Amino acid sequence: MRIATLLASLLLAASPVLADDDRVQPIGDPLVRKECGSCHMAFQPAFLPARSWTRLMDGLANHFGDDATLPPDTAQAIRAYLTANAGDVVGGKHMRRLAPGSTPLRITETPNFTRKHAFPDTVWTDPKVVTKSNCPACHRGAEQGLYDDE
Amino acid sequence: MIWSIPLIAVLAALPAGAMAADARRDAILADYAAEARKADPAFMGFSAQRGESLFRSKWTGGDERTPSCTACHTDTPKMPGRNAKTGRPIEPVAVSVNPRRFTDREETDKHFVRDCKSVMGRDCTPLERGDYITFMGGQ
Repeated sequence: MRIATLLASLLLAASPVLADDDRVQPIGDPLVRKECGSCHMAFQPAFLPARSWTRLMDGLANHFGDDATLPPDTAQAIRAYLTANAGDVVGGKHMRRLAPGSTPLRITETPNFTRKHAFPDTVWTDPKVVTKSNCPACHRGAEQGLYDDE
Repeated sequence: MIWSIPLIAVLAALPAGAMAADARRDAILADYAAEARKADPAFMGFSAQRGESLFRSKWTGGDERTPSCTACHTDTPKMPGRNAKTGRPIEPVAVSVNPRRFTDREETDKHFVRDCKSVMGRDCTPLERGDYITFMGGQ
């Protein structure tokens, strides 16, 4: 029995991280983690399609109202990582409900997010939350790509 | 150990209470001082007092969620802060508790550009940047 459990956990560990809707590949690139995680949590690229990341990186000078400009070589390296690991490139469930051709810039406005976050206002106005994009306020493993806690 | 004698000489030359000094931070301040002097030949050096006033002032023209530096950094620079827009935790700005502050020129410039626009609606002058670092260097 113990061996079976061990085998099962090994299989689980070896299975693709995108197998589950509540798990995504964590960001492996330290530069992306540092720069994208400077003012907010560094969101995993699997949550948006490549075209969204491209548009986002084109508009860093007005990044949701902030000037998030980066040196050109840094921006290029981040753009390459985000688009290569985007949701429509790596697969997974996050793109499934996305309207074809739509280019969302906010993960919190994607169907996958809104479907799972239909909470009363009191949840969002909790002082620890601040904003819908503050994943780690509720998902303690968010930075590691773990969103299966509630 | 060849470096030990110059190091001792440097440490001995420092004013009392400046043990958190860092050559990289000094270089950043020297750059800002040169720029401040260029902008105003009467520039007499940076002021921690002006830096503190900058830190605590309420501004208009920036993002309404960040009317002052304290909106994210709290009233106490030695304390951890939190990004008022994103909820992201922020390490203390006070150099005494966070000696890595203001030691990387690119990082320092980047955050002044972002944060000054967010708080004041404009970039900070070299004088303001130097004053701010001088204030935080004493915290």
